[in-house]
Amino acid sequence: MLIYWANDVYRVGWGGFTLFHFFPDWVYKTFHFGFRLAEGMAWHFAFAWLFAINGVAYVTYTIVSGEWRYLVPNRNSLREAIQVTLYDLHLSKTHPPRRKFNGAQQFAYTSIILMGAGSLVTGLAIWKSVQFGWLTALLGGYRAARIEHFLLTAGYVMFFLVHIAQVIRAGWNNFRAMVTGYEVVVDEAAQ
Amino acid sequence: MSEMEPVPPPEPEAPVAPEEPASTNDAAAAKAAADNDAAVDREMAGKTRRSFLVGGIAALVGTGEWGWLTSRRLDDGVRWPLRIGLRINEQFWRDLTGHYRLARTFSSGDVESPRPNGSAGLDDDVDPDWKLTVDGIPDAEEPLSLTLAEIKALPKIEIITELKCIEGWSTVVKWGGARFQDFVAKYAPGQVNRDGYVALETPDRGYYVGLDMASALHPQTLLCYEMNGEPLEDEHGAPLRLVIPVKYGIKNLKRIGRIAFSNSRPPDYWAERGYDYYAGF
Repeated sequence: MLIYWANDVYRVGWGGFTLFHFFPDWVYKTFHFGFRLAEGMAWHFAFAWLFAINGVAYVTYTIVSGEWRYLVPNRNSLREAIQVTLYDLHLSKTHPPRRKFNGAQQFAYTSIILMGAGSLVTGLAIWKSVQFGWLTALLGGYRAARIEHFLLTAGYVMFFLVHIAQVIRAGWNNFRAMVTGYEVVVDEAAQ
Repeated sequence: MSEMEPVPPPEPEAPVAPEEPASTNDAAAAKAAADNDAAVDREMAGKTRRSFLVGGIAALVGTGEWGWLTSRRLDDGVRWPLRIGLRINEQFWRDLTGHYRLARTFSSGDVESPRPNGSAGLDDDVDPDWKLTVDGIPDAEEPLSLTLAEIKALPKIEIITELKCIEGWSTVVKWGGARFQDFVAKYAPGQVNRDGYVALETPDRGYYVGLDMASALHPQTLLCYEMNGEPLEDEHGAPLRLVIPVKYGIKNLKRIGRIAFSNSRPPDYWAERGYDYYAGF
């Protein structure tokens, strides 16, 4: 796999065969991205700070508030994550346990934090590849760091798509709970 | 995928007196449940409205900021707030990394053949009587004019480094040439102000870069006349080019015609077209 920007050197393929090219022309046309590398970089290096500060604030809050206990996978999470995945793919009829975050969510939400940290580290290794040359070397060199940075970004896109699909699938009551912080549950005892 | 703690319905029912007849009990329970459902619906409708209102305001503020940012004046090809962002980044990293580390060097087995990319400033044929003009030397009455032989008389350095293009690709090349710091020490000894700048231009002035002196004086910055063991080819910047591994490829000017020292930032071809002026690793 090769990568991105003005020179389309990134592709997914084997040998001479290319399955997907980063990025196809329609991407540039749809988003009017053509010949706007300089502008893109200016945005990138301004907003990287905002994302980094936001990420640090989120992690700090999660630790201080104790909320991390709901998010970090425990020894049951893997089994539960598989169960959730099978249920969501309609391969299993066992409904996953109902609580704040199930095993699949714990893995997803913890991975996204680790991915964020990965983006910061790989980004620094690319952006300041001389000053942080040891970091670049640790990540397998400049080209490897670029690919890692790019794959992480592709990972966010996948996360986003699955996240949105799951929110739609889970329905209105769940979405309402997400935006208000309160979920309506049926009180089984009163029925 | 609930993000929040589920809470039970907010209004628990009053316990129904157990001695009442069963039929009355059922009817009262059904009414109480209906009342409870209605109360929950009302409360949730209120909370939902409030959340959407807050979300809507946040979205409006975000859109407004986007609109503001994308309508600012262009400062050398990029909106001025973003240009300030680039300048802050530059100062931040220059302060944080006061002394320069060395760029990674490679072994001869890693050497690749580089691709020429862009021909700005290289449209004319190479002048057979090429000479390097050196300007802006303190206390010098007129510019110096140097031949290639005079550059080659400086100690020859060979290094294998990775040329990194701002467009995303990179290539490992073996360079041969003289250290810029040796060139300065010999021909412009007065010019060691590390807070100053140096300008480099092609002979036709079609391409030009500005460098901070600290980067120019980096021990791996070369005035290069050999590539992969061969004399420099025209498309790679013959007879003399700059190699500066601590900067993106855009700063590695080919076919140097003039070098000028100055205390203020010289113009820079790609910085005028929206890129970061510093462009350093």
